[in-house]
Amino acid sequence: MNADHLENSGRRDFLRKSALGGGGLMLGFYLNVADSAAKRVAKPSTVPETGEFKPNAFIHIAPNGTVTLISKQPEIGQGIKTSLPMIIAEELEVNWKDVVIVQGDLDPIYGSQSAGGSRSTPTNYEEFHRLGATARTMLIQAAAETWKVPVSELIAHDSAVHHSLSGRKLDYGQLVAKAATLPVPAPESVQLKDSKNYKLLGTRIGGVDNPGIVTGKPLFGIDVQLPGMLYAVYEKSPVFGGKVVSANLDKIKSLPGVRNAFIIQGGSDLKGLLPGIAIVADSTWAAFSARKQLEVVWDEGQGADQSWAGFAAKANELSTQPGMDILRNDGDAKAALAAAEKTVEAAYSYPFISHASIEPQNCTAWYKDGAIEIWAPTQNPEAGQKVVTATLGIPKDKITLHITRSGGGFGRRLIPDYIIEAAAISQHLTVPVKLTWTREDDLRHDQYRAGGFHFLRGGLDDKGKLVAWHNHFVTFANKVVKDGKPKLELGSGANLSGDEFPGRWVENCLLEQTPLECNIPMGPWRAPRSNVLAWVFHSFIDELAHAAGRDPLEFRLEILGDKGFIPGTGEQGIPYDVNRMKHVLQHVAEKAEWGKKTLPRGQGQGIAFHFSHRGYIAQVAEVTVSRDGKLKVDRVVVSTDIGAQIVNLSGAENQVQGSVVDGFGALTFQELNIEKGRIVQSNFGDYPMLRIADAPTRVDVHFLKTDNPVTGLGEPALPPLAPAVCNAIFAATGKRVRQLPLLRTDLSWS
Amino acid sequence: MSKYKLNINGVQKTVDVAAETPLLWVLRDHLNLVGTKFGCGIGQCGACTVHIDGQPTRACLTPISSVGKSQITTIEGLNPNGEHPLQKVWQELDVPQCGYCQAGQIMTAAALLKKNPRPTDADIDTALAGNLCRCGTYLRIRAGIHRAAEIVAKESV
Repeated sequence: MNADHLENSGRRDFLRKSALGGGGLMLGFYLNVADSAAKRVAKPSTVPETGEFKPNAFIHIAPNGTVTLISKQPEIGQGIKTSLPMIIAEELEVNWKDVVIVQGDLDPIYGSQSAGGSRSTPTNYEEFHRLGATARTMLIQAAAETWKVPVSELIAHDSAVHHSLSGRKLDYGQLVAKAATLPVPAPESVQLKDSKNYKLLGTRIGGVDNPGIVTGKPLFGIDVQLPGMLYAVYEKSPVFGGKVVSANLDKIKSLPGVRNAFIIQGGSDLKGLLPGIAIVADSTWAAFSARKQLEVVWDEGQGADQSWAGFAAKANELSTQPGMDILRNDGDAKAALAAAEKTVEAAYSYPFISHASIEPQNCTAWYKDGAIEIWAPTQNPEAGQKVVTATLGIPKDKITLHITRSGGGFGRRLIPDYIIEAAAISQHLTVPVKLTWTREDDLRHDQYRAGGFHFLRGGLDDKGKLVAWHNHFVTFANKVVKDGKPKLELGSGANLSGDEFPGRWVENCLLEQTPLECNIPMGPWRAPRSNVLAWVFHSFIDELAHAAGRDPLEFRLEILGDKGFIPGTGEQGIPYDVNRMKHVLQHVAEKAEWGKKTLPRGQGQGIAFHFSHRGYIAQVAEVTVSRDGKLKVDRVVVSTDIGAQIVNLSGAENQVQGSVVDGFGALTFQELNIEKGRIVQSNFGDYPMLRIADAPTRVDVHFLKTDNPVTGLGEPALPPLAPAVCNAIFAATGKRVRQLPLLRTDLSWS
Repeated sequence: MSKYKLNINGVQKTVDVAAETPLLWVLRDHLNLVGTKFGCGIGQCGACTVHIDGQPTRACLTPISSVGKSQITTIEGLNPNGEHPLQKVWQELDVPQCGYCQAGQIMTAAALLKKNPRPTDADIDTALAGNLCRCGTYLRIRAGIHRAAEIVAKESV
């Protein structure tokens, strides 16, 4: 949290500033906020209003000893609603069973609330320690003043302060009245615990919403119900960028249960409010049913010419031409390739894919008297608020945004298109409205993981050392208008950094990039860029290792070399600690008994590593491929270095195993085709997702603790899985997978 | 619109809805039983799994007019206190990530255990084939079913 977050905080300005400035304990932070979850947090019905202890916006201790902690970051399945409060609880020396976690609304008092880029842990880790330690310090001080003993004789544990010399103890609940009168110490002045004394961090703690999940409680955005609420669907052009010409609205309005149907003109921003038809009804099913009879004339625009086949043909044409942009040009790659003892050439490609979070996009909005209240399963509540202000002209201080639990995120819910749709529909009708996307809407109006094409050449010298690397990356861009001028903007997640491995390691390295213009919305998909770049580069490195007749592990260790810490190139570059990567790579090889097993034909091990989101991860996959080409992943071994401390061991292991399973699903099955400017697939029938029988059955997870800053785990364990599996397939069968999804490659062998 | 008398979680409920309305939306919109989830609407994801006379059934493909006097059990009614062995084990092993699919997973697994108290991995693969978990918690789902089976076996000794 910093001073920026305090600006324009409007109606609660004074109270917040006072609290954050350490000018005294604030009671009733939220007294002026009508109908908000935060208000309920501040004044739980079971807790008397006076005598509560709230040293900061995140901690609230009641006289009965109940500790309420605010989770500020959206919970999308990454476990943050459990793990961040654990950090406070550790420093606060509170029993976890005494803790109640409440999701905070969007509120500048909490600082940034966007959950993306695996950033929630690293950006909050230190601060959350200090939040807890501040409260603990004050409770100890309160006990010292009560007993008139020095603070140095007191210790806090198990939700109480203890004076061992006299055998006395005071529970936190007994201390809150006193603590609430004390000045709040500066956060940097409080003593943090030594990590060797941690009782909670690093242990296995179940998700705080698990009891509600297993009993079917209303936790998710789609579960929101309001009095008088209507149910909406929103039909958009099947061709991206299309506009509504006309629709049979009179017919739709006459259908059972339909309350209204209207056209929203919308704009051209693919991440904003797009043109479409809203149908609003008494129930979800009435809206879905009416929509089946909707007939729309669309102006499909220029996007209708787009097809995946067309893009692939164009990419092939471009492959022999110089790239539009040079991302890196070290040494002389072309000369080195010409002089190389051996060269390898290969083309790799991957399709657009969907996030397909299992809870379809939805949002509930209630516009009334110039203000709007929103309930959204979002990873990025700030973006939702921003787009509502920009599109509907509702000022920031008239927007209340409740963050619900999300049924999966994977980056999809960073984009607030569904939020602005619900808000616009509610503003039009001035009633509470829940907008529910169908699965078809979700697949056909995603912010897709961009497809891409890589045309690679690598050169080996007479010792089998990698001496030249040339990649022409053909990617995708949207036409946007910036400062009144049209320009091509690379899709989110469709870019390649010149620093991406092996960009700073090969002495002759030429990286070129050419974007293809398209109308397809692109957005961050779990471990953006990395989720495919790791597959391309570590597959091709494997090809080079085999061409050199060398062990793929040893070949990689030679490339990594002894460079130690490598700073990023320029301001946007990526610093890289080679030693950390070598450490996890050697560790995973040891745990997987790399190279020590004699495997029959049809079985193989593959190895890969990747650095992303501040995490260093290496994986070994072990596969069996039957003669008729059926693939089974027998085991994946993962070694990770994400810093000095695992916050929640259960959550961390779940994230790594989930990343492996998710990575395998995307690798194996996921593919969207584009014809006539529209997505061909419609639902899980033609867009298959990984099912239990195909999932890897054993994933061994190793956390290497190193003396480095603690970082997040929502993403970095995913990228190495695909190349590890494909390299194992090659070891098992001699077949190299160069096109995704995997099911397009015949793996049969004889 | 027609009136339907339903037996849901042991309680009689009456709703007035169109005959083709799927049970899923009757539960969610009309009876405020939102534990049964919408994921695909075409019976592919299993998030809407309920029991109809003990059989795991896709509520999204079940027209309300077809339910008749059958006993419907949703996740809210699986155990009156939320203490079905699967519900306990799901918490013990911290199975969920986002949690959205888990009601459907548990309902399918509960029907499996009733029929087959000691399922093998292959039995689980077959029974749970219709339930997607987008977060990829399949390893813990599998472990959870085995663990619940152990608990049930011990309790019945």
